[in-house]
Formats: sequence, C-alpha cells, structure tokens
Amino acid sequence: MNTVKKLLGLVWLILAPAVIYFLVSGAITHIDPSGTKDINNPVVWIIIILIFTPIAIGLFIFGLYALKGEYAKLPSKSDELN
Amino acid sequence: MNNISSRGIRTVIAASSVGTLIEWYDFYIFGMLAKTISTQFFPEGNATAALLSTLAIFAAGFIVRPFGALVFGRLGDLIGRKYTFLVTLVLMGGSTFLIGLVPGYKSIGMAAPLLVLLLRLLQGLALGGEYGGAATYVAEYAPKGKRGYYTAWIQTTATLGLFVALGVIMLVKMNMTDSSFNAEWGGWRYPFWISILLVGVSIFIRMRMSESPLFSKLKAEGKTSKNPLKESFRNKANFKMVLLALFGAAMGQGVIWYTGQFYAQSFLETKCGIEFEQSRTIMLWGIAFATPFFLFFGWLSDKVGRKWIMLIGMLLGIVTYRPIFNFFLTESKVENQLLKDGKLALQPENAQIKKTDTLEKNGNLVFINHIETKEQFADGSAVTFQYRDTIVSNQGVLDLKTTVSSVPVAVNKHLTSATYWKFVALVFALILYVTMVYGPIAAFLVELFPTKIRYTSMSLPYHIGNGVFGGLVPFIGLLLTTSFPADALVGLWYPIGVASLCFVIGVVYLSNKIDENVTD
Repeated sequence: MNTVKKLLGLVWLILAPAVIYFLVSGAITHIDPSGTKDINNPVVWIIIILIFTPIAIGLFIFGLYALKGEYAKLPSKSDELN
Repeated sequence: MNNISSRGIRTVIAASSVGTLIEWYDFYIFGMLAKTISTQFFPEGNATAALLSTLAIFAAGFIVRPFGALVFGRLGDLIGRKYTFLVTLVLMGGSTFLIGLVPGYKSIGMAAPLLVLLLRLLQGLALGGEYGGAATYVAEYAPKGKRGYYTAWIQTTATLGLFVALGVIMLVKMNMTDSSFNAEWGGWRYPFWISILLVGVSIFIRMRMSESPLFSKLKAEGKTSKNPLKESFRNKANFKMVLLALFGAAMGQGVIWYTGQFYAQSFLETKCGIEFEQSRTIMLWGIAFATPFFLFFGWLSDKVGRKWIMLIGMLLGIVTYRPIFNFFLTESKVENQLLKDGKLALQPENAQIKKTDTLEKNGNLVFINHIETKEQFADGSAVTFQYRDTIVSNQGVLDLKTTVSSVPVAVNKHLTSATYWKFVALVFALILYVTMVYGPIAAFLVELFPTKIRYTSMSLPYHIGNGVFGGLVPFIGLLLTTSFPADALVGLWYPIGVASLCFVIGVVYLSNKIDENVTD
C-alpha cells in the first residue's frame, strides 16, 4: 500500500499545475465583456483562480509529502501532532 | 472524559445545533431570494451594481467563508469556543436582519448594493466561524463511543436550515400575490426579519452554556495555543493532516452535499421546468425523510468507523448521479404527450397573449406578442408553453402572414402524482448520500486534531471543501454545459470527478481508526 501511496503522490503533483492550467485557459476562452453569463464575467474568474491557486499548491504539497512517504504511517492519536 | 449528565449533553447539543441551524437558514435565504434581491439592489444595466452583485454571490462563499474559518478558528483556540460561536451568531443574525432593512436601489441608489454586499460578506465570515465552533464544542462534551452520534446533530443543521428556509419562503409566498412579495418593502423581507427572533432565542440559550470542559482545562493549565494559525499550518505533522482532511474527505463531501441539496433543486426547476410548488415540495419531502439518517450514520460511525461510511456515500454519488438526473429529465417531459410526427401540436384555443411589446424597425412597427398556452393532460399532468409571435406591420397595416413564432419553451410543468413520488424517492436517495458523507465528518475532523488548535485546523478544510468545492458546482456546471451543450447532464461530471478523486485519496490514505481520546 505504501508504494501505491507514493506512486499516487506523483499523480497529485502533476494534477496541481494541471488544475491551474485548465482554470487559466478556461478564463481566457470564456471571459467576454459582452456576455451575460457568470462564465463570461472576469471578476468571477479572478475570484476562482485566486482561491484555487493556494488549494492547488496544497495539492502539490500533498503529492510531495505522499511521494516522500510521509503518509506511510498516520498518527493513531491527535496527541502525536502536538 | 467529562462527567456530564445525559440531560446536560442534550442541552449542549440543542444550544449548539439551534444556533448553527439559524446560521444556515440566514445564509440560505439570501441565495434563495437572489432573484428578488438582485431586482431590488442590483438593477440590470448598471455595471457597478453588477460587479457588487457578483462579489456578493461569489466572494461571500468562496473567499470569505474560508477566511472566516481562519479568523474565528484562531479566536476559538485562543479565547474559547463558547464566546467565539456567540460572536458568529450575533454577526450572522445581525447581518441578516439588517439586509431586510436596507432600502432598495430606487430609494438610496448605490448605497443599497454596497450595504447589501457588506452585510453578505459579514454573513460569509460568520458562517466560516460557526461550524467549527459548534462541532468542536459538542465533540468536547461527548463521551467516548458517542462522538459521531452527538456531533451528527450539528450535521443535521445544514439540511434543516435549508428545510426551514424553503418552508418559510414558501409560506410567505403562498400567502400573498407575486407583486406584494416582490415589492420594495414586500414579503421577501419577512424571512430576513424572522431571523432576529430566532437568533435572539439562540443567543439566550448559548449565553447560559459553560465553556467546553477540554478547553477550560487547557486554559487553566496555561496550555492553550499562543499562535493557532502557525501551529496548525506551519507544523508539518499537523499541516499534513489538514491536507489529508481536505483532499481525502472534505472536498468530496462538499460536492456530494451541494449536488444533493442545491444542484438537484435548481435542476428540477430550470432544466426540468417543474412548477415552483412541486419542485420545492419534492425537495422538502426528500429532506424530511432523509434527515434522520444524519443521526443514523453518525451513530453507525461510532460502531464501524467514519471512513467507509463517508467513502461509500461518495461512491454511490459517483455511480448513480447520471442515471438519477437522467430520470428527472426524461420523466419530466410531460409535453411529449403533445408530440405528433416529432412536432408539438399545441391547442391554439388555449393561447393567451400575456404582453405585447412594440418597436420600430426600418419605418415599420413590429409587434411582439408574448404568448402562454396551458395544456392539461388526462393523467393529471400539465405544462405551460411560452413563445413569442413577431408580427411586422406594412405601412400601418398588420400582415399576419409575416408572423414568426419562436420555439415554444415548456415551463411550470405539473407532474402526475406517481411521477411526483418517484422524484421524491430519488431526491431522498441524493440526500441520503449527503447524510453518509456529512453525518460522520464532524467527529472525523475533531478526532484528527489536538484540542489546542482543533477549531482552526478543522474549520479550514471543512469550509474549503464545503464552500469552495461544493459552491463551485453550479459555476463549473454552467461552464461544462456551455462547452458541451449537447449533453444536458454534462454539469454532473464536476461533482463526479471531484468525488472520484476524493474517493481514491480517501481509500488509499485515510485510516478508519477512531481516536477515542480527544483530550490531547
């Protein structure tokens, strides 16, 4: 199982920048000042990209930890996090 | 643990749950009345008002909720759970009541949307701080082996808040005309005003509660965190668990929660075109039947662990969303009874001109008749078609031969009783999945983190999962529908995709072991 955890870490590492790429390309494709839908609205895209960038960075770090085997053993008690 | 009587724990649960329920109610009524609110405060054709409207809808959920989780989570770990979730309650109730008092754009101009935006942002901030406090407070009182069951009461509040909001709005709307409801000082304001009464009662109950015993003990020993944000997110061991909580549980929970409760409702109304009363009561019945299962799955999670219940809930959503929503779509096409040789055979004698617009084009007058025709069927179902007839006058003489009719749009569909109850059963199933992912998650999050930074550490992943991943369901749905218009169900690939990702992470990385001791 630990090998699977590590290998999947690589997937999360790749997925994180891919999410940002798709959001930015989605924004470029759909932003249209003359459009009336939410997906044409630049403010909505700015908010979403702003909030999703740190989440994607979080996914990247999660992948990095997984790849390094940091999730091989989870703490059995929250006390271990102190 | 603590020696609290069963009556005492019931009071703790009631005080926490009622407040959280009211906060959800307050948050929902704004969204449910968005159409009326936008007419009153964010008029069309005004670019600044449109910008403020966008911020009110998107920023409140996506940015301010996680930010509220950080601000109030930190406060809760520094000064205590009780006072922090009292502050969030006052902030939420006050903002909601004040939204109901803001005069419309017609009366005070740009100040109206600005005030509403500000109050909406305060609502988002308060909601971000409330949940973690309530869940932590109850969990820190709960005895071993019952944490899942007791915190599940908090978990019912998000759905019951929706139930109360739907019910209150329906009651107000059913007791007045549309114009009285939508007027500047009309019925749409009543749900906002009612909030202050509910909040007053809840504050009174919460004021009489004591601080969480675990937090009080930490405080007495001088062991509370000095900097909860730093200890939560810069301590690698803890941050690892925050990431795991988000990607292995909270994000999947968020999309299942949103799809079951909100996407389903919007789908029934907009994509299926079911009339207001039927679509709302379908949701109400579904919620009413499914809500006890929050408690059941919370209780079950104390016996068999939290992980698999949440993951099975996600898996059921992944596998059945498309068939269920496809059923909604096909079974609501009552207008198919009018199809003859692939074309709609409308009865012209039922047609009524509701409104006529007149405009001038190339020196000729153009008349646009907005027509409605209601078709009633023998099985009890009905449908209203809306279309426009455009007639051009030639030198002042109407030439009916020039009439161009737009494609009729089927609206206000009334389902047969049998189909109605099938829909209720399927909405029940969708909300049952919500109860599986959502019922045990408070206990799961509480057990993951130590007492001194619990409020901060659990609030952020929860609100990113629920607010950001869940809140994006309609936006990404619209994005997908625009990109792939041929598939009416394409919007479901977002919740299915996120839930699948979360399912894989959950299966591989999460532990099913319950941490019995939360006193650390």
